[in-house]
Amino acid sequence: MRRLLLGSILPALFIVFWEISSRTGVLTLESLSRPSDILRAGIVGLADGSILVATGQTFETALLGLTLAAFAGIIAGAVLGLSPVLERVVDPTIEALRPIPAVAFIPLALMMFGFGVSMEATIVAYACVWPILIVTISAVKAIEPRLLEVADVLEMTFVERLRKIILPAAFARINVSLRVAAGIALVVAVTVEIVLNPRGLGYSLILAQQSLRVDVMYAQLLWLCVIGYALNVVLLNIGPAPIAVWRAGR
Amino acid sequence: MQVRAGRTVTGATIDAAIPAVSMHQVGLSFGDSSPERRLVLADITLDVREGEFLCIVGPSGSGKTTLLRILAGLIQPTAGEVRFRGQAVSGPSRERAIIFQDYSKALLPWRNVTANIALSLEAQSIRPADQQPIIAALLAKMGLERAASQYPGQLSGGMQQRVQIARCLAQHPKILLMDEPFGALDAMTRQALQDEILLLSTEQHMTVIFITHDLEEAIYLGDRVVVLGDTPARIIETIDVDLPRPRDQLTTREDPRFLAHRHRLFSLLRRH
Repeated sequence: MRRLLLGSILPALFIVFWEISSRTGVLTLESLSRPSDILRAGIVGLADGSILVATGQTFETALLGLTLAAFAGIIAGAVLGLSPVLERVVDPTIEALRPIPAVAFIPLALMMFGFGVSMEATIVAYACVWPILIVTISAVKAIEPRLLEVADVLEMTFVERLRKIILPAAFARINVSLRVAAGIALVVAVTVEIVLNPRGLGYSLILAQQSLRVDVMYAQLLWLCVIGYALNVVLLNIGPAPIAVWRAGR
Repeated sequence: MQVRAGRTVTGATIDAAIPAVSMHQVGLSFGDSSPERRLVLADITLDVREGEFLCIVGPSGSGKTTLLRILAGLIQPTAGEVRFRGQAVSGPSRERAIIFQDYSKALLPWRNVTANIALSLEAQSIRPADQQPIIAALLAKMGLERAASQYPGQLSGGMQQRVQIARCLAQHPKILLMDEPFGALDAMTRQALQDEILLLSTEQHMTVIFITHDLEEAIYLGDRVVVLGDTPARIIETIDVDLPRPRDQLTTREDPRFLAHRHRLFSLLRRH
């Protein structure tokens, strides 16, 4: 609590200085709104639902893309982690595709899917799949070989092995990669919306900027900061709980 | 198949003329180019009777564990053949349970004791409702009732090894392959588990192949002790242990025959 109080001194002073200097006419920059105006714009946006609708749209695509990436990355990662030969075959391709910035696929994705959820989710998935895939491969490789032998002797099927041995054993590291990917998903979704997809928070941001509603733009930036923080809290604290229950077997 | 001198073991009629395990000139070498240099096992020919308790001793690094892994089907031999109840062994099977020395690595750390044992039952597609009585019986048999909801990391080495044995029994094996299972345990725990495994093998008439580097353990437990020599491992001696059963930690170990076997084994291994 004391820490929180100490930590908020600087931002509070900054906001007060900002408000006073813009009211007294010291600051007259077009790109700077006043904290009081930003707060008002934020409240209006939340009250009329426009911010929440945009948030819903961004989250929808980010989550869809993340889910696609998680399924593809975890399953492919498990298979490649278990088969050194296959990994050697696929690895150069992975390393060739991975460095391409996901947003560079915007023109191509637009041609393939047009505007909307599919195009955006595909780009998000492309950006998110790499950290998940690479971490899963290394996590599966690091699984205690004894456990795989136990699965062999018990004559488990591949799906059983995946569900009961491989994924639970690799869970902790895969979980970290999902958190990293969730951050990437939000960044990429907003970027695609700013660049050209007419939906979500990114589009609201660029719209506010183009209509010179600097206060609205700032309000949305602050909102992004809040939901990014909230997303991390959720992934850290709530996300692992149901998975831990599943992992315990019964 | 014509059944001669049939004897009922675990509900099935077994032909006593067919050994439980039959190894014929089993060999293993690593690498293709110069096989002699990396020959691990050579010319292992050995039959194990149904219900027999066979101990294998040998110097460390002699390939005992490798031989056991071949019997489990986890490794394929590069020469010879292994048969289990007349059938060629081509891979791992629930019929042949293997109990690893490093129990802490062979248990699922994220599952408690009950769920670790249940893994074997799940693999056999036994319904959860039917799993309960089986698990309860195994917990009681291995003295694990009070640890049922604990996780492997919370248990002592001896208890963890009990969990692994219980899980292996839950897979309903026809044979137990034990790889120095008590090597890492303290003397008291080791003796307690030796007696439990003896009781278990007698009660269920279970065939057991038991690897150890402890000569006294081998004599105490075994009907026969097979001695493997060094690099590449081959059988250098087979000793019939003529000690009466049930065995007793005090009187059996003081029996002059026990000491004679110990003497014999010790001098054999010293030479190698």
